Amino acid sequence: MSEGTYIKRPNRMLQVYAVIFLVVLYVPVLFIPLFSFNDSIYVRFPLKGVTLQWYVDLWSRGPVWEALWNSVRVGVVVSVISTILGVVAARAITRYRMPGKGALVTFVMMPLVIPGIIFGVALLVLMSRLGVPLSLYTVGLGHLIVCLPFAVATLLPRFEGFDPSMEEASADLGENGWWTFWRVTFPMVFPGVVASLLLSFTISFDEFIMAFFLTGTDATLPMYIWGQLRFPREFPSVLALSSMILFVSFILVFVAQRVGRAGLDDET
Amino acid sequence: MTTNDAFISIRNVNKTFGSFQAINNVSMDIGQGEFFSLLGASGCGKTTLLRMLAGFESTSSGQIYIDEQPMADVPPHMRPVNMVFQSYAIFPHLNVRDNIAYGLRKQRLARAKRYEMVDEMLDLIKLSGYGTRKAHELSGGQRQRIALARALILRPKVLLLDEPLGALDKQLREQMQLELRALQRQVGITFVFVTHDQEEALTLSDRIAVMQGGQVLQMDTPNGLYEAPTSRAVASFIGNMNFFPATVRRNGSAMGAIEAQGLGTIPVPVETLTKPDGAPVQVALRPEKFALSETPPEDRLSVAATLSTSAYLGERSHYYVNIEGLDTPVAVSTPNHARVTEGQSGVSDTPLWLSWAAESVVILDAD
Repeated sequence: MSEGTYIKRPNRMLQVYAVIFLVVLYVPVLFIPLFSFNDSIYVRFPLKGVTLQWYVDLWSRGPVWEALWNSVRVGVVVSVISTILGVVAARAITRYRMPGKGALVTFVMMPLVIPGIIFGVALLVLMSRLGVPLSLYTVGLGHLIVCLPFAVATLLPRFEGFDPSMEEASADLGENGWWTFWRVTFPMVFPGVVASLLLSFTISFDEFIMAFFLTGTDATLPMYIWGQLRFPREFPSVLALSSMILFVSFILVFVAQRVGRAGLDDET
Repeated sequence: MTTNDAFISIRNVNKTFGSFQAINNVSMDIGQGEFFSLLGASGCGKTTLLRMLAGFESTSSGQIYIDEQPMADVPPHMRPVNMVFQSYAIFPHLNVRDNIAYGLRKQRLARAKRYEMVDEMLDLIKLSGYGTRKAHELSGGQRQRIALARALILRPKVLLLDEPLGALDKQLREQMQLELRALQRQVGITFVFVTHDQEEALTLSDRIAVMQGGQVLQMDTPNGLYEAPTSRAVASFIGNMNFFPATVRRNGSAMGAIEAQGLGTIPVPVETLTKPDGAPVQVALRPEKFALSETPPEDRLSVAATLSTSAYLGERSHYYVNIEGLDTPVAVSTPNHARVTEGQSGVSDTPLWLSWAAESVVILDAD
């Protein structure tokens, strides 16, 4: 199709709007890496000079590494479990006729719109009633609730764009349900699985509210950062740490988006 | 055909989806090596019946036997049948060779042996050298052949085909019809073929079951269905047909007659009449069984007619003629043996005689 068509004609207003949108969205965030290289413990203009001191400081701080390790452990476990549950849910939603399917999907997606503080408080009350001590397990449980809708939302299009006769063809060619899943279903939804893992991990890694209510003695990385905010002298190091989290999160989400869409556009 | 040499035997099968009866008391026997077609408009139950043979749908009641084994409790992956899907269902994450070899896993063959079998199939479907292509690099016709090869490599007792030529353009479809028929003769496997295209069914099949509303209307050879339909529905679904209201006249002799509106009295042997004297029936005559001439032919029955409209179609011409005593015009189709002059129909306008042979008349029950 040529460039001059009605739909593809360049629209100056829209371009300006898009630029303003991105600026408003990302400029505040960009101050964090900017000041993390600033040679001053105060976050204010004018900038004093470039330094890597705050990054170097991080290396020698034990609690940072502990918190990082806690976050990675929770993130890995949560992403694997939510992705497995997401695969099962997405397959059930797209394959089977069941009563109340619409309501079910709404309930699965609900945590996206329910404020995290409500879930956090509710889980805290539940855990203390049940006498379960707060630990990384309770944090993981909270993160699972937050991550599951993202996993399902990432995997659903994969299963929806999937011709059901593919699985029937596999059965017809002599494979039972188990082998059909591993030889046909899983390879075909694999990009969605990778995207779901990356996205769930990122969300769990960055999550603060659930962790705030449900953390026991072991802090996750966002909890550690929050704890450090009370000490002005530590603030530049927090900025350095935040910059690194920002960078890694951006990479993970970017990769998840790319992988998750792979093959969806040029198939069929 | 007797039950003894039936290879696939469908006995009083019913299928209901909720309150909808998709299959209504269907029974049929399909012989070994037969090319059998299920023909009908969409929603007639033909695909449901095929999916029951494959095991994707259960029967609500009745039994299906394949090679004398009852199929009720046999899941799809254990059945001695393979299917070519309407969408072909070529696995997009595998190349052509791995698609064709998909069903061979359980046979635990060495890789070399497996590839040898795949190469044989690729030869058979005339796609040698395509083994490492991906599914999205193939044309519709090629995908169709891969789907065929993937099913045939397992040497099924029965091959099920769900409108496999529906997605192809006309020219390719006609070519694939010939190839499919040749392939079926070559491998000698029973084919059960679902189609809504009556021409395709006539071209390919040994026998055809015409279905409507979940029931089998008639089961016969292509010739039998075309020349001797047993109901108005079959007569009008396959090819074109003229219908004339008529009455039985037994006359008390060896030669009875049918008195048809517009056509007059047509003599028929009395043993072909199943109805009593005076019973209302219908006479059916295909357009090409008629001829138009300027004088009444001596060896055929004829009535006077006037030309209503005509259409020149190259090898044939189609006419609508009016005859006395009948409100609807009669469709006539005649081959253009002689050159037709531009702007003129193949017949002169006046006077015109519509003629037919008494043997080509089909007698059906009145509606």
